[in-house]
Amino acid sequence: MLQGWVIVLASFVYLGILFAIAWYADRRADSGRSLIANPVVYALSLGVYCTTWTFYGSVGRAAASGIGFLPIYLGPTLLFALAGFVLHKMIKVAKANRITSIADFVASRYGKSQLLGGLVTVIAVVGVIPYIALQLKAVSNSFAILASYPEIIMPAKAGAVPLFQDSALYVAMILAAFTILFGTRHLDATERHEGMVAAIAVESTVKLIAFLAVGVFVVWGMHQGVGDIFAQAAAVPTVARRLATADSPAAYGTWGTLIFLSLFASLLLPRQFQIAVVENVDAKHLSRAVWMFPLYLFLINLFVLPVALAGMMHFPNGTVDADTFVLTLPMAHQQEALTLLVYIGGLSAATGMVIVETIALSTMVCNDLVMPLLLRLPMLGLAARADLSGLLLEIRRWAIAVILCLGYLYFRVAGEAYALVSIGLISFAAVAQFAPVVIGGLFWKGGTRDGALFGLAAGFAVWAYTLLLPSFAKSGWLPDGFIAHGLFGIDLLRPQHLFGLTGLDEITHCLVWSLLANLGGYIGVSLQRVPNVREARQATLFVGGAEAAGLPGWHGSAGVADLLPLAGRFLGAERAQDAFTRHAQQRGLQSLHELPADTRLVNFAETLLAGAIGSASARAMVASVVTEEPLGINEVMNILDEASQVRAYTRELEQKSLELTRATAELREANARLRELDRMKDDFISTVTHELRTPLTSIRAFSEMLHDDPKIDLAQRSRFLGIIVSETVRLSRLINQILDLAKLESGRAEWTVAAVDVAEVIREAAESLTALFAEKHVTLELDASHPGLMVLADRDRLMQVMVNLLSNALKFVPAESGRVKVGAGGTVNEVRVSVADNGPGIQSEDQEVIFDKFRQGAGTTDVLTDKPQGTGLGLPISRQIIEYFNGRLWVESAPGAGARFVFTLPRQAGDNDQNAD
Amino acid sequence: MSHRILIVDDEPNIVISLEYLMKKEGFQVVVATNGDAALEQASAFLPELILLDVMMPKKSGFEVCQALRANPALTGVKIIMLTAKGRETEVTKGLALGADAYITKPFSTKDLVLQIKSMLA
Amino acid sequence: MIRSRLKAQRLAFLFLLGCFFFNYPLLSVFNRGGDFFGMPPLYAWLMGSWLALIVQMIWVVESRGD
Repeated sequence: MLQGWVIVLASFVYLGILFAIAWYADRRADSGRSLIANPVVYALSLGVYCTTWTFYGSVGRAAASGIGFLPIYLGPTLLFALAGFVLHKMIKVAKANRITSIADFVASRYGKSQLLGGLVTVIAVVGVIPYIALQLKAVSNSFAILASYPEIIMPAKAGAVPLFQDSALYVAMILAAFTILFGTRHLDATERHEGMVAAIAVESTVKLIAFLAVGVFVVWGMHQGVGDIFAQAAAVPTVARRLATADSPAAYGTWGTLIFLSLFASLLLPRQFQIAVVENVDAKHLSRAVWMFPLYLFLINLFVLPVALAGMMHFPNGTVDADTFVLTLPMAHQQEALTLLVYIGGLSAATGMVIVETIALSTMVCNDLVMPLLLRLPMLGLAARADLSGLLLEIRRWAIAVILCLGYLYFRVAGEAYALVSIGLISFAAVAQFAPVVIGGLFWKGGTRDGALFGLAAGFAVWAYTLLLPSFAKSGWLPDGFIAHGLFGIDLLRPQHLFGLTGLDEITHCLVWSLLANLGGYIGVSLQRVPNVREARQATLFVGGAEAAGLPGWHGSAGVADLLPLAGRFLGAERAQDAFTRHAQQRGLQSLHELPADTRLVNFAETLLAGAIGSASARAMVASVVTEEPLGINEVMNILDEASQVRAYTRELEQKSLELTRATAELREANARLRELDRMKDDFISTVTHELRTPLTSIRAFSEMLHDDPKIDLAQRSRFLGIIVSETVRLSRLINQILDLAKLESGRAEWTVAAVDVAEVIREAAESLTALFAEKHVTLELDASHPGLMVLADRDRLMQVMVNLLSNALKFVPAESGRVKVGAGGTVNEVRVSVADNGPGIQSEDQEVIFDKFRQGAGTTDVLTDKPQGTGLGLPISRQIIEYFNGRLWVESAPGAGARFVFTLPRQAGDNDQNAD
Repeated sequence: MSHRILIVDDEPNIVISLEYLMKKEGFQVVVATNGDAALEQASAFLPELILLDVMMPKKSGFEVCQALRANPALTGVKIIMLTAKGRETEVTKGLALGADAYITKPFSTKDLVLQIKSMLA
Repeated sequence: MIRSRLKAQRLAFLFLLGCFFFNYPLLSVFNRGGDFFGMPPLYAWLMGSWLALIVQMIWVVESRGD
């Protein structure tokens, strides 16, 4: 019943279910209720490490070398024991910098170098394509074997069937379509694919269940337990050899090498980096994955050796490939359902690997290879294109198709040359070349771009020469003479016995030389110079961890107006708008238009773009709109400074010194203000002194004259005494006014505030001065007929103002012809009183001066003495009083046309109706 | 022949007292109540001694003093400055501008007369 | 994640322990004939110590407080 169409249907139904799961998970992610945000899903999705190489290949390897399959899984177990130091840091750093792939990680670490990103991409693609070929081979083989059910016939050699009858081609095409559907549905700013991760977790579960089912069937269905299998195996000499390992240094060396290799592979394979770092939802999930993932590996390997031994015993003559035991053992026992389950498990292992690997590779190819090249070609005009997000997706889709195409090509041409497990190890050795620059980049600040480039290139070259080219040669692509005799016949250059190194297996041999070249190049070249500013900055971000997060990435600025359209071109306008709005909200702003054009905004935009097109391209794009200012020497020193504590301390010191400078400036200002006040006070006192001494001088002079000369005649004597009396009066008035003014200015004056009738005050003031006016024969006209001009004021103070203004006027008008006119009136809001005289008037430049203390009008030249009477304090005091009641006092005058002093006061609320004139 | 004295002050009562004191000593007295008048009177009257107030409107005693010293017709004239402010800096300034003595108000009439007499001797 | 430095250090200790368990020379001790609960000694040792290591990792990660 396992006809071809059943298998095909089952395959498509299974893939359909996976796609439905992915679609649902994406929907959930969009609505903010992530399906994959839990540690179990994370741990299961890490199971993408186990490909068909594990599912089918482990048994094959066990059949060939006994426990030799185990190191591939012990390595990752050990890596996860170190997760707290390595993986956790990688995830943190990758999240902080929106790293999209391992190429991006390396490029970003060494100063966002596009060249480095490109090199890593090339190594990853070249290194991983055989591995993809392996998956195609496994799926097409399993399909072919299953299709001949119930007979067990090994499939034809790859390449033996015509192209269009080759199931592997269709597998490749279907997987390409499926991957494109999964991986490039939309361009995510963080390059996370929740749906894909959910599907991968399900696939991991399926392949584990399938393998455990086979194991249980083989151990307890076909035999009476594990002990039975081992006992039977021990009895068969060819099989018994697999129960122990060759006890030689070389074998232990190989063993150790494989542990070491798989440890790095489980971290650095593009798909592992994708799942473990890029797709990680929350670094906390790593905690449980630390034991769950090793446990997963343990379980999937639990029955490998028993199944291998059982297979060897069941198919003793070697006609059945050990790589197919998992499938052929259930088939041989007509276990149709189990056989189908195993096939689906193998399909899971293959599709999971291919999907994640090609998505990871396509991201790298797009971001680190194609986009940088396209953006550099001016004729394409891409840099100016408005919306590039569609183009990005297009490039990725093509990248996926091309990668799978290459995988198929490799399968078709070289597929039979190697057992499955060897191909996997070639890939492992390729990605192990990333170890120095990645691990070194996380813990050593001294690495430079040149060092990384040199190390990677050297390691890659040695890997290609010692492992890849021989594999080509064995596949018949290349003449194999150079393997046996060395390049150009030079014996020392034999690729698998480089410089005469023998006694190692090819993988260990390759690793010894490639990592030596890699590490030597990386460290040696890095040490040629100190890291430049950009490298040092990235080094601080990667090595320093969270502490360095405050370091500025840009020293320039660009506003939302430049950055939003830029981001929109790659992410789509709406998505960019959303991201900027969220950023604005995080910064406590109302809208994205309030975002200041600062370093933080530029960094945000760059990180956002980095999520879509990789850090190196993002930097180049942002640089096109940012006007970067050169780094100051202090900032350079800051970044180069190794000890963060010193830096923190320095920052603190700078802060303090800044505060001190500020305080000093404030003090200096306050001091200047005090000195100014002091000078003013000094001037005031000097003026007061002068004003007091002047009457005193007269008093003393006349008193002495009278005292010293008793013979002065009576008229003279009485005149002198009159002067003394008037100067005394002047002196006491002056003293009173000075005290008054001091009280007013210091705010200690006492006020009795009440409703005051202004007209009444005017009348009273005029009355008190009637005698003086009469004495000088000056006419006083009162226009205070408006009753009830009520204001809120101190009656006595108001009287003081009125008397002052009237006596001032009287002082300046000519005797006999002098006229003083008082007017009163007002508007709805204020009461207005004016005192006009026909005196000499006041020049316009003096009209404000007269309100200063001790400054009297000087325009009174016709007065005999040239010196105005009075203290010079009356008007300042009057103005203080009026202003105290929120009024104004000023003078309107023209020389020769008399002066008119006016003051206004706010009308008391409630009497408008009486006096609305 | 009696000495000629020019009194310059803007305070009428002080002028009265000074005029009385000087006339009592038998000097010829001319009065000016501001700086410009002082310079005019000085040129016309050619006094031997000038009593000069510092704080006057328009032109201060310092300015007048400077102008007097710049007038070649008035070489040898004695200048006594009178001030009610009496700050150290003003005394120094007055003397630097060529005043012969500096007297602070209020002054002792006896001392003033004695000083004038000694300066004219 | 592995919140405390202590947990991270305990795990690192398990890493060292694992490196020792899974490598020469300890392996050579078990690389001999005979059987151990019906299994070859080396196989039994590797699977057993692997499982023990995982159990200890569970214990380190899941234990509360330090």
